[in-house]
Amino acid sequence: MSAILSRSGSPRRGEGTIDRSVFLVILACVAVTIGAGIMSPGVLSLGYLLQQLQIASIVGLLATGAMLVILLGQIDLSVPLTITSTAILATSLAGASSEALAGLAIPAALLGGIVIGAVNGLGVAIFRIPAMVWTLAVNAMLLGMTVFYTGGFKPHGAPPTLAVFLAHGRTFGLPNAFLLWLAIGAGTIFMLRRTVFGTYIYALGQSPRALFLAGAPVDRVIVCVFAFAGFMSSLGGLLLVGYANQAYQGMGDSYLMPVIAAVVLGGTSILGGSGSYSGTFVGAIFITLLSSVLSLMQVQDAVRQIVFGAIILVMLAIHRTKLST
Amino acid sequence: MKAVANLRLSRTAIAAVLLAILFALFISIHPRGLSVYVLTIWANQGTLLALAAIAQFFVVLVRGIDLSVGPVVALTNVVASYVVSGSPLHVAAGVALALMVGVACGLANGAAVVVAGVPPIVATLALGSIYSGLALLLRPTPGGEISDGLSDALTYDVHGVPASLIIIAVALILLTTPLRRTRFGMSLYAIGSSREAALMSGIRVRAVTLSAYGLGGFFAALAGLYVSMITLTGDPNVGPPYTLNSIAAVVIGGVALSGGVGSPLGAALGAFILKTISGLMFFSGLPPLAQPFFEGAILAIAIALGAFGMLRVRSRLERFA
Repeated sequence: MSAILSRSGSPRRGEGTIDRSVFLVILACVAVTIGAGIMSPGVLSLGYLLQQLQIASIVGLLATGAMLVILLGQIDLSVPLTITSTAILATSLAGASSEALAGLAIPAALLGGIVIGAVNGLGVAIFRIPAMVWTLAVNAMLLGMTVFYTGGFKPHGAPPTLAVFLAHGRTFGLPNAFLLWLAIGAGTIFMLRRTVFGTYIYALGQSPRALFLAGAPVDRVIVCVFAFAGFMSSLGGLLLVGYANQAYQGMGDSYLMPVIAAVVLGGTSILGGSGSYSGTFVGAIFITLLSSVLSLMQVQDAVRQIVFGAIILVMLAIHRTKLST
Repeated sequence: MKAVANLRLSRTAIAAVLLAILFALFISIHPRGLSVYVLTIWANQGTLLALAAIAQFFVVLVRGIDLSVGPVVALTNVVASYVVSGSPLHVAAGVALALMVGVACGLANGAAVVVAGVPPIVATLALGSIYSGLALLLRPTPGGEISDGLSDALTYDVHGVPASLIIIAVALILLTTPLRRTRFGMSLYAIGSSREAALMSGIRVRAVTLSAYGLGGFFAALAGLYVSMITLTGDPNVGPPYTLNSIAAVVIGGVALSGGVGSPLGAALGAFILKTISGLMFFSGLPPLAQPFFEGAILAIAIALGAFGMLRVRSRLERFA
């Protein structure tokens, strides 16, 4: 087990067998739900759990992008303002008086996410700027753009109808957001396991040098993965807009840590090259449950922030101890 | 070796010349021209960021990165707003306490990296989230009080020379020689250049790396204290800009993000350059709402150019080493 997890060993990408970390997270989900159910019985109702699934889908979509970037051994710190800026773009277009502009809201927001992601990827792949620094700088520029655009006030506009439908609607009793997450999750699993592109992603995380020598288009893979992450951030932003019926300055700020926590909890190595999507899936559900239990207990946001930080740290420390034994 | 030393010197020299030009421009467009007042405000802003940049410098020097500089600035600022007031004895004890909090944060970062083996990016990101959470718990909204006497002494001028310039000059003088002449200083550079080689030559890599993070925390706490001196309150939300600005400042000042290259003087010059550019923008007639974007863009360009200049690639393969 320990040898498999090590960086030099074979990459762990299997979905067939449920590995230990996924199993542990599932257990933790059950424990948290039962614990919350004892405190307030309403938690165990189907309605409440479905609502959690709805929120988990947003975290899960964001985590999908974050996971692929982390598999490369990189990190995307521009998630908060990618969410906010594309969400503001979507609501201002959807609130426009002309029909044509309103129809462009969702495509424009998603395209915006892709462009932001591509800028991230180009800085990392071509200019070789460390991802954490470059994506932080991109985040700062996006913050400046949204401040300029909104003038510091609450942006005007309306949520796109489709976003509201995705975020609030139900099909066959299940939240649409969850169905969307399942579809994109299945696509991601297929991409990671069955396509050459997926193999490139794992290989890049393991050894970029080896992949380059093997003749793979390393730069293109990096740019594509970052662009995909930007796309997922804007998709998550659209769902948030639909969920809250508005876009506002700072709406993405509280998502960076939970999303990274979800990926890391699911057993994806922060050094890249190893991790399974099923881990990210249960990680996103656990983080959402934990977050909602914390709000049931009426703890402040500050405590939540501390808890997420601590989870990331403890998980990484545990993974590391496993490596060295 | 001598060529390397010259190159390093020239980068610092370029930064110094750039700063001089920018400063001249700044003074020429400043509506009040060159006066002790204008100089003091400029120096206070620059010193504030320079302290944060020196915090970043120590961590970057040993091949780390500190994304918790901002949170530590905020936390120590908040702590100071509780303890740095009252009698001189209380003030002194309060300053010591705030500095200890900073060092503790730095050491916690270092322990997560060295002992627990967590990569610096996520270790400082996760711990930074904890520090800013603590700052928010301590003081959910800005408030508190700071000793007026100490603030006056540290933020005004002494016979026409801004006190902040004296502070940063003393800090740089105290740092520069030990970094180049003592075993500890050389060990920092050695670890940044090659961890393996440092280990082989008997340097206590873990202890020295831990100390570098501790020093980073100490200087971040100094920056946090200096924020308190300028604003006279404790604000839990003061942190975020310092993280990216400190990184940009060290890059402009010729500190390599890959470790082992750079000096505290360079980091401080980088900080003053950034603050002078902000000042230039403020008086340049740009709409105030557009300024955050341009500040972000300048940080991004500086970082891109810095990373580009640092990269002397002989073959494409070397990029993946």
